Amino acid sequence: MADLKKYREHIRKNRACFFLGPFFMVLEASGEFMLPFINANIINRGAANGDIPYILKNGALMLAVAVMMLITGVCGAYFAVKGSARAAAGVRRDVFAKIQTLSFSDIDRFSTGSLITRVTNDITQIQSFMQTLLRGFFRSPVMLIGALIMSFVLSPDIAWVIFIVVPFLALATFLIIKTASPRYTVMQEHIDALNSGVGETVTGVKVIKSFVREDFEKEKFSKINTALMEKSVRALKMMILMQPVSALAVNVTTLAVVWTAGRQIMIGSMEIGTLTAFITYLSQILTALNFLANIFLQGTRAAASDKRISEVLNTVPDISDEGAKQKDHLIKSGSVEFKNVTFRYFKDAKKPVLDNVSFSINSGETVGIIGSTGSGKTTLVSLIPRLYDTDFGEVLVDGVNVRELSTSQLRENVSVVLQKNTLFSGTVAENLRWGREDASDEELEEACKIAHAHEFITSFPEKYDYEIGQGGANLSGGQRQRLCIARALLKSPKIMIFDDSTSAVDTATDMGIRKALREKLPDITKIIIAQRISSVKDADKIIVLNDGKITGIGTHKELVNSCEEYREIYLSQTDGGEDSDDE
Amino acid sequence: MNKLSKKNALARLLKYLKGQILLILAALFCAAGSVLLSLYTTVLIGKAVDCITASGTDFSAMSPILLKIGIIIPTAAVLQWLMYFCTNKITHKTVKKLRCDIFAHLQRLPLAYIDARSHGDIISRAVNDVDAVSDGLLQGFSQLFTGVVTILGTLFFMVTLNWKITLVVVVLTPLSFAVAAVISKLCYNKFREQSAIRGELTGFIDERINSQKLIKAFGCESACEERFREINARLCVCGVRAQFYSALTNPSTRFVNSLVYAGVGVFGALRALSGGFTVGDLTAFLQYANQYTKPFNEISGVVTELQNALASAARIFEFIDEREESSDDGKRVLENCSGQMEMKNVSFSYSPEKPLIENLNLTVKSGSHIAIVGPTGCGKTTLINLLMRFYDTVSGEILADGVPIKELTRNSLRSNFGIVLQETWVFKGTVRENIRYGKPDASDEEVVAAAKAAHAHGFIKRLPKGYDTVISDGGELSGGQRQLLSIARIMISPPPMLILDEATSSIDTRTEMKIQSAFDELMRGRTSFVVAHRLSTIRESDCILVMRSGHIVEQGTHRELLEKGGFYSELIHAMEKG
Repeated sequence: MADLKKYREHIRKNRACFFLGPFFMVLEASGEFMLPFINANIINRGAANGDIPYILKNGALMLAVAVMMLITGVCGAYFAVKGSARAAAGVRRDVFAKIQTLSFSDIDRFSTGSLITRVTNDITQIQSFMQTLLRGFFRSPVMLIGALIMSFVLSPDIAWVIFIVVPFLALATFLIIKTASPRYTVMQEHIDALNSGVGETVTGVKVIKSFVREDFEKEKFSKINTALMEKSVRALKMMILMQPVSALAVNVTTLAVVWTAGRQIMIGSMEIGTLTAFITYLSQILTALNFLANIFLQGTRAAASDKRISEVLNTVPDISDEGAKQKDHLIKSGSVEFKNVTFRYFKDAKKPVLDNVSFSINSGETVGIIGSTGSGKTTLVSLIPRLYDTDFGEVLVDGVNVRELSTSQLRENVSVVLQKNTLFSGTVAENLRWGREDASDEELEEACKIAHAHEFITSFPEKYDYEIGQGGANLSGGQRQRLCIARALLKSPKIMIFDDSTSAVDTATDMGIRKALREKLPDITKIIIAQRISSVKDADKIIVLNDGKITGIGTHKELVNSCEEYREIYLSQTDGGEDSDDE
Repeated sequence: MNKLSKKNALARLLKYLKGQILLILAALFCAAGSVLLSLYTTVLIGKAVDCITASGTDFSAMSPILLKIGIIIPTAAVLQWLMYFCTNKITHKTVKKLRCDIFAHLQRLPLAYIDARSHGDIISRAVNDVDAVSDGLLQGFSQLFTGVVTILGTLFFMVTLNWKITLVVVVLTPLSFAVAAVISKLCYNKFREQSAIRGELTGFIDERINSQKLIKAFGCESACEERFREINARLCVCGVRAQFYSALTNPSTRFVNSLVYAGVGVFGALRALSGGFTVGDLTAFLQYANQYTKPFNEISGVVTELQNALASAARIFEFIDEREESSDDGKRVLENCSGQMEMKNVSFSYSPEKPLIENLNLTVKSGSHIAIVGPTGCGKTTLINLLMRFYDTVSGEILADGVPIKELTRNSLRSNFGIVLQETWVFKGTVRENIRYGKPDASDEEVVAAAKAAHAHGFIKRLPKGYDTVISDGGELSGGQRQLLSIARIMISPPPMLILDEATSSIDTRTEMKIQSAFDELMRGRTSFVVAHRLSTIRESDCILVMRSGHIVEQGTHRELLEKGGFYSELIHAMEKG
């Protein structure tokens, strides 16, 4: 059954709502029982005896009860709505927090679209179910049980008939829910696909248009959409059986009651008045059952959503601080060491992405990494802030294995400017402050000057308050890259990693940035992945990667002489060595 | 974006139901059948009970009645089920059509719209808002149908009994409708706000999950959570208001009922005292009034519930109403373009207050190679956006083969261009499917040949399942590998003109050199536009456009421009120094 632990804390936090909601609803229901009773008094005593003050008095009483019902009804609704909304918000927060701890392979496994559905749609299902429960759960069982008891009190000889129908109804309900439940899961999965489908098209719109493949995409979407429709209809097909079946059950019972009662009255063990009352109670039972059926209906869908939320919450993150032995270690230097590191993304991959890689970097050094496409450069630097864990070997920062450090401290001290740079919708300043929230305006400016971004930012009319569109759509590639560099600088890390982060910046600016880094931030370890030899030529050390293996380490001069591969790259960029003599 | 009124949203939604008139009629018929049959069951049971008298039971009279009931009950159940079956179908068919329209519209929107909007908000409209409409329709239909039929049915039975009483009740009950009207106005606006915040939340989650690497690398999970909490809290507060307002319907209409009930009781009792009205009459009156008001409550409940659906529908229709790219109807089809392009006095800007390209003139001869250089942000990519008609010029015109491109269908124009963008896009699917995107009917051999030409074959072979490995946008391919795939996509079926926008920026120089030879082959006889900052690529071009803040400041061959000693030579010297 559902794992309800995740709700406990949030229900406890809002326990006032979770108590007051049903409490007021029961009060309101009791008012509903009272009204006919008072009215009966007016008719039986007032009208029969001609007692006008009695009629008026009870009329006023009825009015008071009506007002009481209004107030308790409104209060009940308020607390039910508030309790469910708050608990749902709490769960939503938990799920989002959990998503942030997931590893990349977990996110890939769930897919972005699916995670979005889980945080929004699935939790909304749970929320509306909670609300229904709070508003009606106590009411209908109370009515159901009350009516059952009353019917037994009236005539146990007939009441047993009701119990013939109960197991039948229970079985039907069980079967319906059992069939519908997996269908709802399938339906939610198709909503995931829809989410992903729309998301993919929105991001790829330019490519789709340039290849004139709109029709193809429409076709693809239409398939997803039709599948979702079919699955929804299929899931609901079961659920819509619920109401007709319960109505049928109660009507058949009524029929049986009348038949049995006829016999009972014939043998003189029952009166007609009792029968009339009995039938009234049966109709109450029907109403209550209908309501319960509705709750089950919602509950089944909510249970499917609940399972999906649990899946996220119960995922054990691959990378966590648990078991880290030196969490309190403060990173003082920017030294980095790789010892026999082997890594692969797909466990079933034929060849590792990094194969037995070892090297060491001293604090404050500038290190270049160069190698062909897919040689493992990005992977290599991703291991330093522990975005992934190694399969074999270890990565050390400041002399300590990164697995033993607290990840938050580690990542605070290692700043990466990614290859695929991402900006968020918001102003330039907001994006920059991602690096450090409390950075002053002067610090922003300082970082932007080093990254050579200050100039273009100040050319915007709003300057640092310029609004960046989704993904930085209103900036050029080079502008985006420079903002990302500035953002990474603001973290004032011990280690800075530039993953091909100036590829869209023109050479002159690129050079300027490197010069500024060297002069203004001499103590920081700088690791630069680049395609251009010119970007790494002045580095203290250059690492040449080929197919996951290191084929050379040394300075530019050493490598030109000793490393075949490096020389090839170098020659490819100088057209035979035109300008190879500036040292 | 213009806010769509509730009334219009409803009218538009109803239009979607037009095609399903048969199903709707069937649903109505089934609703009528099941409601009337169950009302009739009540009457029959009453008759059966009448057969039981104090003196004994008249089984001979009762048996046929019970038999009748026995037949009617399952029939009513089947009809009720059929009604649900129909509404279920109607709802999901409607919803499917809505989604199709949203998607089709999404593809016809100008790029300017998509660039400027949160992607998550668009996703939320297509998923969550449509879902809300679906929930509303499903509940709305079944309850509305049964409610209306119940009211009509009860009215019929009441009129046959006593039309005067009926009149009194009929006059009183719309009170609950008035209450529902006030409440629905209140909650409609709140529901709209809720939908909008939900869209914002979706946008936020979408953005953040896609940048998980960055968030981790920066260790700013807590800052992210802070933002999330803020939006989430707003959603919670707004959600409480919206749902509370809508939840008011129930107690309020019940209050109206109680008032009617109490009023009828008191005044009925007083009338009975003055004669002309028996106590028995009063009891019957009360019972009918009670029965009659119930469906009204249900309907007003549905009305407020529908507010949520309508609020979402309004957001959907607003999206669908967003201005599309101008129509291509009646435009000419560009076939086998010779590759001659011309720009005449072209001006363009993304926002009116910040002019970008001003008065640009350019003639490109068929088969020539144009390199576009200039500092970042000078308008190189914008120029390409204009050539492809992703954006339209503000003034001036662009001609392909002497025809203004605004006179051509976009599809025919674009299919004459092969383009590799700086920003790569990989969709979830196999490597093979991704490459085949450039030519849907390409054979497996053609796919492999294109991959080989793009030098992507090597790394593809090393993937766990080779060409059948499923890749996705967030996957583990490196930036360079993704670029190689994008190149393979155009290699598979090259059109007459090529646009390479920093096509090899993430690829190492040795691979680039190898690809370059493939590009050279490809470019032979084809007009090409190349945005690059690598000297080797630029040097060989027939014409170099040097751009600076939206203007072409220099134009000529490498040698000519160097001799001129202007901005270009400055740029080149800076490059060489690096």
